[in-house]
Amino acid sequence: MIGIEHYIVVSAILFVLGVLGIFLNRKNVIIILMGIELILLSVNLNLVAFSAFLNDLVGQVFAMFVLTVAAGEAAIGLAILVIYFRNRGTIAVDSVDRLKG
Amino acid sequence: MSSTSILMIVFLPLLAAIVAGLGNRALGNTVAKSITTGALFVSCALSWPIFLGFLDGSLEASVVPVLKWVESGTLTFDWALRVDTLTAVMLVVITSVSALVHLYSWGYMEEDPDQPRFFAYLCLFTFAMLMLVTADNLVQMFFGWEGVGLASYLLIGFWFRKPSANKAAIKAFVVNRVGDLGFMLGIFGTYLVFQTTSIPAILEAAPAMSGSTIGFLGYRVATLDVLCILLFIGAMGKSAQLGLHTWLPDAMEGPTPVSALIHAATMVTAGVFMVCRLSPMFEAAPVALGMVVFVGAATCFFAATIGTTQWDIKRVIAYSTCSQLGYMFFAAGVGAYGAAMFHLFTHAFFKALLFLGAGSVIHAMHHEQDMRYYGGLRKHIPLTFWAMLAGTLAITGVGVLYVFGFAGFYSKDAILEAAYARGTDLAHFAFWAGAVAALLTSFYSWRLMFLTFWGKPRWAESEHIQHAVAHGHDDPHAHNPPRQEDAGEDVTHAVPSPEQYDGTAGYHPHESPWSMLVPLGVLTLGAVFAGFVFKDAFIDSEAFWAGSIFYNENLIHRLHAVPYWVKLTATFVMLLGLFGAWLAYIRDTSIPGKFVEQFSLVHRFVFNKWYFDELYNLVFVRPAFWFGRVFWQKGDKGVIDRFGPDGAAWVVQRGAVVAKKVQSGYLYSYALIMLLGLIAAITWVLI
Repeated sequence: MIGIEHYIVVSAILFVLGVLGIFLNRKNVIIILMGIELILLSVNLNLVAFSAFLNDLVGQVFAMFVLTVAAGEAAIGLAILVIYFRNRGTIAVDSVDRLKG
Repeated sequence: MSSTSILMIVFLPLLAAIVAGLGNRALGNTVAKSITTGALFVSCALSWPIFLGFLDGSLEASVVPVLKWVESGTLTFDWALRVDTLTAVMLVVITSVSALVHLYSWGYMEEDPDQPRFFAYLCLFTFAMLMLVTADNLVQMFFGWEGVGLASYLLIGFWFRKPSANKAAIKAFVVNRVGDLGFMLGIFGTYLVFQTTSIPAILEAAPAMSGSTIGFLGYRVATLDVLCILLFIGAMGKSAQLGLHTWLPDAMEGPTPVSALIHAATMVTAGVFMVCRLSPMFEAAPVALGMVVFVGAATCFFAATIGTTQWDIKRVIAYSTCSQLGYMFFAAGVGAYGAAMFHLFTHAFFKALLFLGAGSVIHAMHHEQDMRYYGGLRKHIPLTFWAMLAGTLAITGVGVLYVFGFAGFYSKDAILEAAYARGTDLAHFAFWAGAVAALLTSFYSWRLMFLTFWGKPRWAESEHIQHAVAHGHDDPHAHNPPRQEDAGEDVTHAVPSPEQYDGTAGYHPHESPWSMLVPLGVLTLGAVFAGFVFKDAFIDSEAFWAGSIFYNENLIHRLHAVPYWVKLTATFVMLLGLFGAWLAYIRDTSIPGKFVEQFSLVHRFVFNKWYFDELYNLVFVRPAFWFGRVFWQKGDKGVIDRFGPDGAAWVVQRGAVVAKKVQSGYLYSYALIMLLGLIAAITWVLI
């Protein structure tokens, strides 16, 4: 039987993948957005798993909220990317360093 | 005398100064000049009744309170105007000369663009001087003292676009500061000893203090001697006595009316006034009095020697002022305060007259001040000549015993007789120094007159005149080499012999306007009659002084009983000086050149003012600059800046260079740091 541990392990793996996607990726800002998406999904998975495990619907409700926010975040993030590409002609992570001191 | 009149005398000039000074260009020249001059004439008109009231004994000394000033523990003093005989004498001197100088300036400053400012300064000076002489306590006297110093500074530097005027103004201020330090220490010490700054209270308590001692610089010394010497150092600064005199000749950079008012008639006599005002205190301080006699006598001789060699007409009169102040001081020092005040009184008239006359000459000669380029002016400006002649007769002390004499005859004789009658060694030294100085006074005064008004015109070589003459380029005399600035050289010393050229270069001096001649006329009356009319009151009348100065009756009796030759000394040396000047500057004009050749060392020493400026430069000015440079380079830049502002800036700059490396601009590095921070925070909270 699949227990809560498996869920936690999967979500942890997803989370770490998301984080590494942010840090190790040097190519593309879209991949950072995807990494964030992955992190949020892993969190959602966690919430849902615990919700089922603890018989508490609050977790699932919260997951819905997270999905909503994630959708909004993705929309805004992509919009910023489009504008940024239009201005700078690239979205390579290494060239996005205008805040350099 | 009502209290309103004295309040008006003192505060009208202040009011006029404020109105004219702040109104300045908004008022326009004529309004500003009318206000200030009007105020001074009102002051003057109110002052004479007070003086005459004291003269006939109908007035008594009084104090008019004005305002509360300071009340702090035992230290209390108020603004108050004290009017007694001594003050009344000063009141008429100050307001009369000031009013006449205001009127004179209408003509003299006619073409100046800054006339309201000039008149406002003159008024401000008059106010400060009146505050000084009406002071009831030492602090108010100090207020006036500093006020006249400020006005003097402003007026010497009135033509502030001229670097030499600025330098002279600063020099006057700084040298006076040295004296003021002594004066301030004197005031502090007086308060410490007497627990009051009120002058009458101090004078009352002073005799009882004689014999008490005080620890000063590690020695036990007589209290009153220390206080009086400190106060006298203040007087030396203000009155340009030997040692602190260097500013006075340079102060001639100011406009001539200023020289007449401030640097001859009034401000420089403040020191003499102060010594007379505090005479009971000085009488109880024999050492300090000795110093007063010595410094006065030395100054009177020393300044007279320099006066005989100078070429600048104003400088000659300035050294003469210095010398006459020396007379006043040693008169005060030997105890003849009445004679000192008398000489102050007469001197104010004839010296203001000489200065204003010199101003009239300078005006006529297009701002040429070098007497080598005068000559023969008697015919061109006769009224100025007669006025200057009266002034010269007064300063050299012309007169016939028991008959009539010009102003200086009575006052100078009284001083010399008092010095002789005093009988101490110092007083005898003062007598002989004074007699020699009288000889020199007569010599340089007549030298000035002969060079200026007699002989043939010599002004063709003057640059000022050449500028003034429109066709100067066509004139053959204009090709003469320009006048040399280093006038000390023997070549230029010889008076140009008049036979070589006609000397006028086509320039004809014109007499000054009436606004300048009227003051000359009034002052001429003063120079002729001031001595004769007032001699009895000033010298012989204890009732006149009514306790406002220390009156040494015994000395006055002995003064009248001096041997006959003493009484005639002044007249004799005056004639000798006149004869010498006539011989050298009329009879045979080659004598001065020969004399200078023969005694070039002595001449150079005296001509360069005994090298006082050079000495001070070496001893004080250069070390001060050196110290300044050390403190600036090593102290300020090397230590304070290095470890202070510059150091802090360096640390911030270096820190910023390191810190900016964190700001890579890469999103992932920021995210990583955030994550690490989050982990650290969570770890911190959880553990």
